[in-house]
Amino acid sequence: MPTHSFSLNGKKITVEVEDDVRLLWVLRDLLGVTGPKYGCGIGVCQACTSHVNGKAVNVCSVPVAQLGPDDEVVTIEGLPGTVGRDLHPMQEAWLEYDVAQCGYCQPGQIMSAVAKVRQARAEGREITDADLDELRNICRCGTYARIREAIKSAATKM
Amino acid sequence: MEHESNEPDEGLRRRHFLGYLVTAPTLAVAVQWTGDPAAADVPSLPQLEEIFDVGDLVKIAASPTAGLVTVQVHEDGTASYALPRAEVGQGITTAIAMLIAEELDLPLDKVKVTLSDARPELLFNQFTGGSTSVRSLYTPVRTAAAVARRRLVETAARAWKVDAAKVTTEAGFVIHGDRRASYGSLAKAAATTNVIPVLVPLKDPAKFTVIGRPANRVDALAAVTGRKTFAMDLDVPNALPTMMRRPPTIDGTVASVRNAAAVTAMPGITDVVVLKHGVAVRGRTFGQCIDALRALDVTWRPGPVAGESDDTVLAKLKKAVPSPAGPPLFSKSIDAEFTFMFASNSPLEPEVAIADVRADRAEIWSSLKVPGDAQNQIAGLLGLPVTAVKVHVVEGGGSFGRRLHTDAAVEAAEISKKIGKPVKLSWSRTDSVRQGRAHPMCVSRIRATYRGGDVLSYEQRHVNVETSFSHGFGDIVTANAAKLPVVGNPIVSQVFFILSQSSPYNFGSTKQTLTEVPLKFKTGSMRNVYSPNLVCARELVVDRLAAAMNKDPVKFRREYLKNGRLRTALDRAAAEGGWGRALPDGVAQGIGLHAEYRAACAVLVELDCRPETVNRPIRHGVAGPRVTRALVVVDAGLPINPRGLEAQMIGGLNDGIAMALTASLHIKDGIPLEGSWDNYFYTRQWNTPPQTRVIVLPPTGDEPGGAGELAVAPSLAAVACAYARATGTMPTRFPLNHSTLGFEPFPLQPSTPQSPTDGLDRAF
Repeated sequence: MPTHSFSLNGKKITVEVEDDVRLLWVLRDLLGVTGPKYGCGIGVCQACTSHVNGKAVNVCSVPVAQLGPDDEVVTIEGLPGTVGRDLHPMQEAWLEYDVAQCGYCQPGQIMSAVAKVRQARAEGREITDADLDELRNICRCGTYARIREAIKSAATKM
Repeated sequence: MEHESNEPDEGLRRRHFLGYLVTAPTLAVAVQWTGDPAAADVPSLPQLEEIFDVGDLVKIAASPTAGLVTVQVHEDGTASYALPRAEVGQGITTAIAMLIAEELDLPLDKVKVTLSDARPELLFNQFTGGSTSVRSLYTPVRTAAAVARRRLVETAARAWKVDAAKVTTEAGFVIHGDRRASYGSLAKAAATTNVIPVLVPLKDPAKFTVIGRPANRVDALAAVTGRKTFAMDLDVPNALPTMMRRPPTIDGTVASVRNAAAVTAMPGITDVVVLKHGVAVRGRTFGQCIDALRALDVTWRPGPVAGESDDTVLAKLKKAVPSPAGPPLFSKSIDAEFTFMFASNSPLEPEVAIADVRADRAEIWSSLKVPGDAQNQIAGLLGLPVTAVKVHVVEGGGSFGRRLHTDAAVEAAEISKKIGKPVKLSWSRTDSVRQGRAHPMCVSRIRATYRGGDVLSYEQRHVNVETSFSHGFGDIVTANAAKLPVVGNPIVSQVFFILSQSSPYNFGSTKQTLTEVPLKFKTGSMRNVYSPNLVCARELVVDRLAAAMNKDPVKFRREYLKNGRLRTALDRAAAEGGWGRALPDGVAQGIGLHAEYRAACAVLVELDCRPETVNRPIRHGVAGPRVTRALVVVDAGLPINPRGLEAQMIGGLNDGIAMALTASLHIKDGIPLEGSWDNYFYTRQWNTPPQTRVIVLPPTGDEPGGAGELAVAPSLAAVACAYARATGTMPTRFPLNHSTLGFEPFPLQPSTPQSPTDGLDRAF
């Protein structure tokens, strides 16, 4: 069986699995990293959103063979480590605004939100309502209003 | 703080509640409480829902068994309670922890609320639905905590040889003068070796320091760090991922499978097993299960609604609508008929259940709102006694009615039995939409008559595709039939309809009826059963009546409302929301009102229907009119956690927006065409209001009302009314965009689409 090596939440890992198994299942079923959630498996709901080389990616849509030893995967579990703190400012804002209801979509929401703020920052501007409208993450509990408030608040602290 | 129950004369004035100290290694209290039906505090000739509603029914049904539920105090200073309810995001664990923290004088973070396994002896007290949980548990849980607190006080007083009446409690400590003892240090000494009944008064609401103050969810940190555990996250030994190939029509059946052996030999796959409604595959990863189920070569027999499509169902409903009564002499009438299409109650976490079935026992893990129902069904299926089936209730990733049904748990048990191994079954997203539970299509016909300035009559004939109630609610009705103030045929849906519906307006002779058309769709509730549709239709007609009488819609409602709490909410919404403010052409306000669950809610929205908004481009999504501002005003009686209540209002608002504008199932030849969240258009960020505000009104009583479903109906109604005003056309079919199929449907077979491979290309 083929082996695949990449960096996961700051640690080098190697896993033995067929090339085409999507990263979501490698993380969840083989490595026990369950922060990224399954909500559709077809790149729509965004509940599995994690970061690959700093960008938001639906890991349900990435065959593991597309990753190499230099690729850095960060899931919600590893997000605080990227800023060297117990919680990332986006997570702190999520707590401040008590965003989560059932919580199922929230890891993906937070990972997308961080990437969205970085994206705006890279374009030399602050996050706008139009940026927030582009977030595709589903929240079936309908927490959208608090998500928007939390992202705007966290953006000032990132 | 000084606690009233320690004052000797206090008890003479205040009502006492009974609890029992029960035997356990540390202090444990059980409560038995017989509830009174809600007080009748409404004007003359009320409809039944106003004096006795669904929540009262669940409350009565729950009371004989509340005593089997205990609050315990532990040596580490924490208190625990195994809640006989499901937590699916509604915040019940937080609300219940607050009740315990309040009466026990213990910091909230020292209260640990877990979800109780299925307990057959709890009978009806293990049912989560209809916004009934807080109402049914408010007094029993507080009583248990109050008894525990009193026992801790008495234990310390005895040890210190002081008068218990002079001992106080604060933040997990018993205090007398300079002496302090932590609850943890007293927990063992406070335990009892025999059952002792204890009468306690409860805290005076005026002295509440936890109840009524905003609190964050107790599981918030777990949720934002990815540590919150859902069924699919559980690590049960050898419970390997399992998925199913499902039929091309709802509840179709397997005729034959041609290549089971070849599929079993695919990478990672361990088992292939045939069930009645599908073929299960078990493997090392869910991804390999998807590959395998797609490779299966299956022939199918059609399901029971294979010949039905949107149009055939609608025709059957319309045919069943009773004719309204002729209008009174010299009166004018407003006649309107509204259609609400099928909608999906699927939460984001799909149906997931873990089953480990052995020869003599079974163990199940799943998010279940009626775990006793799953336990009974699985015991029957496996031929085991109920006591040999252990059902663990796992926190759910949403419900909206879906987790009243036990499909996945029963399927998982059957698969595990057939292959003799533990399984972790997940439905795919497409399964959840196409084979899940749908809120039934319905038609509501209204005739309202008026003469001069008087509304003479209001008649609403509601017809829907038969709704499956869970066994849980059905059992409650059957077992309590004698106690129900309902005359006539006590079939479950009629009981629910009568107990949940009433009109808040003084519209003279008022009549609402339900007709169900028996069709074998898999139906269920979706954050309420009837109210959103009935209320939306009603509020649109109320706007028509106001227009016919040349009255402002808010003034008209004020004039005719018989519910004072609703009038207060309406006034506040109109004032704070700027009712009547100038808006551009194509943008309009709408207001919707709803009272249920001993609560009242007014929603005011502004809807932008201008072409540049309606036609704004959205990739793989729908635009349409946008709610630009929304205000929800809620009177929930006594709000336990205003922050959680506000969250429920925000969620209900987004549900109402979806039902009004975008979210429906298109049934074609016996199955929905929708297969993903980019087909079933629940509200997304680009649909949600950029400005949302919730006002929680101050307490209007000493008892909490229900709130989980409350905001959906008035939000749907408000958006519909705003659309009518913005466009000059009253909408009669919902959602508004149903006539356009805004997506390319996934093929019906294989039943689950393959995962894409372009994730890295779409990175941002």
